[in-house]
Amino acid sequence: MIRFALPLGIFVLMVGLLGYGLRLDPKKVPSPLIEKPAPAFSLAMLDDPARQLSTEDMKGQVWILNVWASWCISCRAEHEVITKLANRNLVTVVGLNYKDESDDATRWLQQFGNPYATSVIDRDGRVGIDWGVYGVPETFIIGADGLIKYKHIGPVTHESLEQKIMPILRELLS
Amino acid sequence: MKTLIFLLVGGLWLAPAQAAIEAYQFDSPQMEADYNKLVAELRCLVCQNQNLAESDADLAQDLRRETYEMLQQGKTPQQVSEFMVARYGDFVLYRPQFKSSTYLLWLGPFLLLVVVLVIVGRRLRASAKPVEVDADALADAKQLLEKDTPEK
Repeated sequence: MIRFALPLGIFVLMVGLLGYGLRLDPKKVPSPLIEKPAPAFSLAMLDDPARQLSTEDMKGQVWILNVWASWCISCRAEHEVITKLANRNLVTVVGLNYKDESDDATRWLQQFGNPYATSVIDRDGRVGIDWGVYGVPETFIIGADGLIKYKHIGPVTHESLEQKIMPILRELLS
Repeated sequence: MKTLIFLLVGGLWLAPAQAAIEAYQFDSPQMEADYNKLVAELRCLVCQNQNLAESDADLAQDLRRETYEMLQQGKTPQQVSEFMVARYGDFVLYRPQFKSSTYLLWLGPFLLLVVVLVIVGRRLRASAKPVEVDADALADAKQLLEKDTPEK
């Protein structure tokens, strides 16, 4: 009996492990920045490059940083969801215009509508590197304590907004 | 004609080595060696099976620039890889560090080897054991064998 039980056991274990592995998305790299202080930046605003927005200005409030670019196709898909989130007026949604031409970015916002309280310009992508951005769009939730609470990789869908982002926001705001 | 074919075929070998071209000037051969080692061991997060040296992705370009600039500022290769890990996690390293969360990864193969050696050793010992045979039966068998042996 044991002669069959052992190989069978190993087989079942392997199938289980491989099955679990198949479900993982290797494109989603867990961020080491969760529960760490949001990397500081001070960047020019897209709508008024003479003014700057810094992470210091956001201190004490829950806010969202959404990384976007006019060249990013998935950002268009995500745009209506980000707009829906911004329209709820729960938190400030800041855009990080990543490696973009400001003219293109401005035109993009005119064409699709501007959900952001403000967008800041990360022309050479250095702030993106500090935040561990490796694919656009990415969305970060930053708590009132200045720590990054959540990172969403890829376009935010209606489901991920309601099931992932909203519960975290509600908890942070309560 | 032959020369032409040789040139064309030879050209095929040149192409992949030139995937990423940036003309970085290094202050010392040591720095250049550090740079080449780092970009070979850091993973590009966009095209995950390529390292920074091989990848043509925008992010890989930026990270190569970052690596170069950090070395140029006198940072050690260790500091550069810590910088990357702090932002992108252990995943960015092709050779993960040896620490509590990676013990299994590093020691697993050796552990498996020990387990297999133990199992094989046990089997060998079991098969080496002499088979117990009844003394009377053995004597009978011997007698029969001797009787049947054809005379020479």
